[in-house]
Order: sequence, then C-alpha cells, then structure tokens
Amino acid sequence: MIYMVLVFSDNRNLNIELLSKGSELAKELGEKLTTIIIGKSDEELANEYIAFGAEEVYIAENEIEFFKSEEFSDIIEKIINETNNNYILIGSNKNGKELASRLAGKIDAGCIIDCSNIYFKDKKITAERTVYSGNAISIEQFNSLPAILTVSSKVFDPLKKDEKNKGNIVKKKYDIEKSSSKIINVKEMQSESVNVEDAEIIVSCGRGFKNKEDIKYANELADTLKGKTIGCSRPIAADLKWLSEDHWIGLSGHKVKPKLYIAAGISGQIQHIAGMRDSGIIVAINKDPEALIFKSADYGIVGDLYEVLPKLATALKNKIS
Amino acid sequence: MNIIVCAKDVVDASEMKIDSNTNKPILEGISKKISDIDKNAIEEAIKIKEKHGGKITAITVGTPDSKERIKELLAMGADEGVLIPYPEKYDYHIVSKLLAEAIKKINEYDIIICGEASTDFFSGQIGPKIAGLLNISQITYAFNLNVEKDKIIGERNMGENSVTTESSYPVLVTVTKEINEPRLPSLMEILGAANKPIHEWNADSLLNDTNTKIETIDIKGISMERKNIVFKDNIDDSVTKLVDSLSKDGVLG
Ligand SMILES: Cc1cc2nc3c(=O)[nH]c(=O)nc-3n(C[C@H](O)[C@H](O)[C@H](O)COP(=O)(O)OP(=O)(O)OC[C@H]3O[C@@H](n4cnc5c(N)ncnc54)[C@H](O)[C@@H]3O)c2cc1C
Repeated sequence: MIYMVLVFSDNRNLNIELLSKGSELAKELGEKLTTIIIGKSDEELANEYIAFGAEEVYIAENEIEFFKSEEFSDIIEKIINETNNNYILIGSNKNGKELASRLAGKIDAGCIIDCSNIYFKDKKITAERTVYSGNAISIEQFNSLPAILTVSSKVFDPLKKDEKNKGNIVKKKYDIEKSSSKIINVKEMQSESVNVEDAEIIVSCGRGFKNKEDIKYANELADTLKGKTIGCSRPIAADLKWLSEDHWIGLSGHKVKPKLYIAAGISGQIQHIAGMRDSGIIVAINKDPEALIFKSADYGIVGDLYEVLPKLATALKNKIS
Repeated sequence: MNIIVCAKDVVDASEMKIDSNTNKPILEGISKKISDIDKNAIEEAIKIKEKHGGKITAITVGTPDSKERIKELLAMGADEGVLIPYPEKYDYHIVSKLLAEAIKKINEYDIIICGEASTDFFSGQIGPKIAGLLNISQITYAFNLNVEKDKIIGERNMGENSVTTESSYPVLVTVTKEINEPRLPSLMEILGAANKPIHEWNADSLLNDTNTKIETIDIKGISMERKNIVFKDNIDDSVTKLVDSLSKDGVLG
C-alpha cells in the first residue's frame, strides 16, 4: 500500500498552507507530497508549489472556466486512482468543502471538514474540529483509508519558500464526465474589502442600531482606535444589508480573534459568540442588563449605545492622545 | 415535483453547559430541535410544492424520540416522514450512506434538499456527499431558487462570489438560512399532522456494511473564562472606568 499525501485548493494561498501540513505528514510517512492544478497549464504556479514543499505537481489541463464540484471531483478521483494517494487535504473554502464531501461520496471515503489540527495518533490520522457552536472540540480519528480532510485558511503557516527545491511536473488531460448542471453566472459579492479576520480591534454592530446611518457611531469609535475595523452580527449583514457580508461575524460568518472586541447592541446569542470567542478582551455595550452578551464579556456597560459610543470615543481620544 | 428533505434532530447548543469536573459538554437534559437550517430546507420544499404540486418526504437519521420533531416537519407541510434510528456506531459516512440508501428506496424524487450544515457539528458534508453517492448534480449554498418544470436555477453564496447554477433533475440542493423564513404551523396544522405517516426504517435493512470510517475519540469542552465586570453606574462614570481598565490591560495601543 502506498500512503502518499495529496493536497488541493483552488486558492493559491490556501494551497501553500496545506502544502506545509502535507509535507509534515508526508515526512512522517516517508512518502511523497503531491498537489494538483486544475485548469490552464500554469508552470509558474507549479514551480511555486514546488518551492513551497510539493514534490510532484499534477496539472490537469482543461478548458474549465469556473469551479464546479462535479468536474473537479471527477478529475481528482482519477488522479487518486492513478497515484494511490491515501491522505487527501483540501482547502476549506466553500468550493473546497462541497468538493471534499462529494469526493468522499464518490470514492467511499471518510471525510472531516474544517480541521483545526491534524496529526498521527497511534499511527492513525487524527483531526480536531470545533463543534456545538464553539462549546467543544471534537477529536476524530480515521479507522480507514483514504482519508479526506479539509482545512480553512490561516490554520497552518506556510513553509519558507525555497527556490532550490526540486519536483516533478506531470501534465495530463482528463476526460470529464458530463454533468447535468451548468454555471450560468458568476458575480462578485458586494464587499467593502474589509478583513475582519486580521483586525486587531473590532467594533461590532448589532440590531441595537436603529438605522443604517447610525453605524457612523461605531465608525467614529473605531477611528479613535488603531485597527479601525467594523464588524457586525448576522441580521445587520444578512437581513438588513446595512453592511456587506465581509463584516459578518459568527458561526456562519467570519471567525475573528482581535485583541479587543467591542460589541454594541448585540444580544450575545451563541451563534454570534462562536465567531468572536477567541478575542483577547471583549467589551459589551447593551441597554438590557440581562443581555446574554455580558456573560461572554470582560467588561460591560449597561446603557444606550447612542449615548455610550460617542462618550467612549471622546474618552478614548483623550486617553490615547 | 417529488421532494425529499433531509433534516437532523439536534441538541440546542445554546443550552449547553460544560461539566467542570470532566471538562465534557453535558448533553443530557438539553432540549432537542430540528436543526435551524433544515427548517429552511423544509420551507423551501413547501414553497416548491405550492407552485408545482407533488409530495414532500422528510428523512431523519436520529434517536427514537426524534419522531416528536418529525411531527413538526409534517405540521409545517411535509407529507410523510421517515425515521432511521441511529445504528449502534455511526459517523458522517454511515449517516450519509443511510440517507442515500433511503433516498434510493423512495426511488421517485426530483429534488433533494438539505440545510447547508447542521447547527450542532456544522460540518456541511452530508448534502454534497449524498450527491456524490447518488452521482447526481449538486447546487450548494443556495440563497435563492427558481424551480421550473424541467430545470432548477439556484443563486449560491460562495463567499467571494455569487454563483448562479442551473441543473436538470434529479438534483441535490443545499440551502442557507437566508433563503426564506420558515413558517410556524397553526394549531390546526399541528393536529392534522397526527394523521400523516412516519415510517421507521432500520439501518440494517438499508445497509449491509455498517462499519464506520471515523471514530470520535474524545470531546473536550471549551469553557470561556471572562472577567464579567459590568459597569451599571451613570454612563460617564462607566465610560471612565472602562477606558481605565482597557488602558491597564494594554489593548489600546
Ligand atoms: C444557523 C444559525 C446561524 C447563525 N449564524 C450567525 C452568525 O454567524 N452571526 C450572528 O451574529 N448571528 C448568527 N445567527 C443569529 C443569532 O442567533 C442571533 O439571532 C443574532 O446574532 C442576533 O443579532 P443581534 O444581537 O444583532 O440582534 P438582537 O438579538 O435583536 O439583539 C439586539 C440587542 O441590542 C440591544 N439594544 C437595543 N437597542 C439598544 C440601544 N439603543 N443601546 C444598546 N443596546 C441596545 C438589545 O438589548 C439586544 O440585546 C445564526 C442563527 C442561526 C440559527
């Protein structure tokens, strides 16, 4: 049996992070690390992957314009059959999650989504993942191979790039099974290009804000602090659309860990907490003294955010200057 | 249109406490409910049925008492329920296999709808895994669906992009919470649901090989320790105290 490790993401940065973990696992197994590029033949990218740890790069050349799970899983299945890879790491963006799951169904493999850690325990591949809205970590172990695991961005650090690395590039064309679905439109989501995941300080807005214009109070507070990033609860992005989805924090939004998180007019439901529980210091501003958010906060002010935010901005400005 | 909805019966994680001695989540005594996004799946199925007619079957792999929650789905508008009690050992793989086999047994279906993920484990693999097992096309993360006689068009939230995908039938769809607002059944509908059938299918009758591929070897609770200092005085004093505390904690620079 061959125990090779295969890595795939359609996102370059994420693929490079996976290569780092993949190469650690491959070393432990004493086996080869392979990665795949699907689409245009991009040798520059292939060489970059080699510099980041890949020993073999498959380029599945084809005319596919947009990602589609049916086609991508078909190609990866064929490569797995050719190469006997048994440990498959896939980038956990949305494309990757549906791809990994479909592939697991096709090749009859176990699959663990959104691993926060991966290692061998008793010679079996083992992964940790967050469950119950952040209340627990589940440690799961494969008792069969192949094993498919997905990992989000920023879980693993990339290896140092080494241009001297040597690797093999294999170019191939695969016949793709026709599927009965087609992509008819791709458009960019409305976004304000904020990156809450990297923010050091976040001021986050909830339903306690009465109008879209009032978000300015959060902005004014954020402006006095370094970091200047605005976040929000689900209803503000999903229902009211006062802010774009890149601000959305929580179980179905972004996971953040700033050193300071200020939640204004947010009730503190578990699905929101799931996205910010790893923050350094958490501050809650809520007019309801019984609000759940105070249980998840280091400091809280019971009061009307319309009064508290401007006063807090002024006080912080005086303190910092 | 024959529609199958896969709905999970989950513990309500918002009620969950961590046992401070064992550092394990306490699962006993927590109320259970149909996973939120699976209710969006049922709601979408009902809307499709209202427009095109047909039949909705809801399948749950669950515990014997999941029947109580399946009744809610019937009250909302599903026509029949299927309960597959968990076999002694199970994992994501067994659950998706059981669902796929149950779907094959039902045989007549155009659309299978799942929530994008269940609220307890939030893994989101069951839907696309079923599509892979049945080798049918998939439309994931749909926040809008347009169902026509011979094709379905879904607008999908793929993070950076919104992707519109079209497919013929049969198709597997996963929906997001944004797709609709699940209805609350009326008392009449709740009473009426008592007459709708809930079939119980045994795991053994659906699967020959019930070996799991993944074993959960431990679950560790994460308790969140916070200072929980709440300033309730007049706002000016509260603000001053807060700024002093933040400054002492060194998070302002
Ligand atoms: C499957 C699922 C996934 C979800 N994912 C997410 C997610 O990713 N992120 C997320 O945030 N939510 C998520 N939710 C929704 C979550 O359960 C809550 O509904 C949501 O977080 C509530 O948002 P909120 O706190 O802004 O609003 P509310 O719960 O309405 O709270 C508003 C708060 O503002 C306070 N308030 C009102 N006026 C003022 C004022 N003038 N000054 C000060 N305080 C005031 C109120 O006391 C109240 O506490 C999810 C839910 C489900 C079921």
